[in-house]
Amino acid sequence: MSAPAPQPVVTAAHSDPYAPKGLALTLESTGAILLALLWVLPLAYAVWAAIHPAEYTTRFVLTAPLTLDNFTRAWAAAPFARYFLNTFILVTMILAFQLVLGTLAAYALARQDFWGRDIAFALILAQLMIMPDALIVENYRTLARLDLIDTIPAIALPYIASAFGIFLLRQTFKTVPKELDDAARVEGASPLQVLMKVYVPLAKPTYIAYGLVSVSYHWNNFLWPLLVTNSVESRPLTVGLQVFSSSDQGIDWAVICAATLMTSAPLLIGFLLFQRQFVQSFMRAGIK
Amino acid sequence: MNSRATATVHGWLLLLPAMACLALFTHWPAVATLVESFYSTPKARRPARFVGLDNYEQLLADPIFWKAMSNNLWFALGTIPTSIALALLMAVWVNDKIVGRTWVRMAFFTPTILPMIAVANIWLFFFTPQYGLLEQIVGLFGGRSTNWLGSQDTALAAITVVAIWKEAGFFMIFYLAALQALPPSLGEAAAIEGASRWTYFRRIQFPLLMPTTLFVLINAVINAFRMVDHIFVMTRGGPDNATTLLLFYIYQVGFSFWDTAYAATLTCVLLALLALVAFVQYGILERRTHYR
Repeated sequence: MSAPAPQPVVTAAHSDPYAPKGLALTLESTGAILLALLWVLPLAYAVWAAIHPAEYTTRFVLTAPLTLDNFTRAWAAAPFARYFLNTFILVTMILAFQLVLGTLAAYALARQDFWGRDIAFALILAQLMIMPDALIVENYRTLARLDLIDTIPAIALPYIASAFGIFLLRQTFKTVPKELDDAARVEGASPLQVLMKVYVPLAKPTYIAYGLVSVSYHWNNFLWPLLVTNSVESRPLTVGLQVFSSSDQGIDWAVICAATLMTSAPLLIGFLLFQRQFVQSFMRAGIK
Repeated sequence: MNSRATATVHGWLLLLPAMACLALFTHWPAVATLVESFYSTPKARRPARFVGLDNYEQLLADPIFWKAMSNNLWFALGTIPTSIALALLMAVWVNDKIVGRTWVRMAFFTPTILPMIAVANIWLFFFTPQYGLLEQIVGLFGGRSTNWLGSQDTALAAITVVAIWKEAGFFMIFYLAALQALPPSLGEAAAIEGASRWTYFRRIQFPLLMPTTLFVLINAVINAFRMVDHIFVMTRGGPDNATTLLLFYIYQVGFSFWDTAYAATLTCVLLALLALVAFVQYGILERRTHYR
């Protein structure tokens, strides 16, 4: 839905009479650009500090020499390779389970008529309000009983059944024409085959939208991983970064900025490359 | 077995994996938390025993709890209206054909996808006394040096600003989607009637955006009680609990002091607040919101 997409050309009959012109356009553009500059300031500063020697961290001289030294120092100061791997395993594991569990549940809720369906749906939606963040104490205890503390599955488990994902897929499955379903059944397809051959392919945009939202959420998640991990082997990037920047490193802002950028880089690069898809998927996932 | 029974078995089998996880990590812990709030914290020599409302009495008499509650309310009051108003302004701006629109929209949305824990490091530097960026700017205009995060008066405001910065661009996306879904004929009709740009916004666009505002509002309220990541980096609840929010206090009580029963009691308060939000959403606002 972003602007210069190859939409059918808006005809002159539908020109916007309230589009700002002349002075109004100048004022509006100036305001928007000033606010935008303010909004990127933290990121811009991080880039500045990361690519210049430490003595230029607070001195903004255009002729300051460039260096990648801060990145090498940050990379060497903490096991970031391991943190990256952990985060990658974590978000992949969560997404895979969320999609499988969500698809099965959504299919049952959207297209099966059975006893207790409405109760089940209400029980699922309860998670939208009681978010896992609020239940840290009790969930920690459960995982301790399962002897999973300090493992990657422990970070993933409370999130793999996602009410939001189930809800989103249910809405999408409900829009699939019943005739397609019936036709596949006449051909002799089993319910599972119908799901895989008819529903899943048609819901691809929803899967992509939900996937992006889920990956960015769990890439950035901090509190729960902080609680259940205490070793390098299981720590994701966010927790690793916090341990790194609050420990013996002191306040070496240049190195901290380099580490901060490294941590955010994959999502940031993905966002810059697929900006439109990212924004659209957030919209699609949000608007019901 | 008749077909109805077969369908029920099929349906529940499909739901089983998701429901099992939800029961284990949402329903059961919610009930267990409520039960535990009526018991004492088990110690090495003394197992948990039923104490009735003792934990709640302790809570009512706990000045840190009241501090966390009032901080959280101020935090909510500071973030919710400001981030929603900014989001609406941003959306109206990037919906118009302004100069550098793609770039501006990207700038607004970027904070959303950055890890809060990572950007909190940068904000920490901004607020650093003596040589931080804010300090340098204030110094440029001859202002006095302030320890933004170290002072009781400014610490909560400082973390509120970071939250607004993080959220406004996220909410903008929903307003933008809603604005673009409004039929252009509305604008034409209003223009023929001679309505000004401001009247068109106030009387037509804004009322039609009410469902979006409601959606964004619910999200903003939930986030106000959930957003604590930056506190870990920037203040750790200090100075003297000036930035302790409810969830951060639950974390401290549960995982620093290991007083699990009292943490459960605090969690019940948080859950009650969230239930209230849900009740308001479905009970009152939903009925009064104007849907197209």
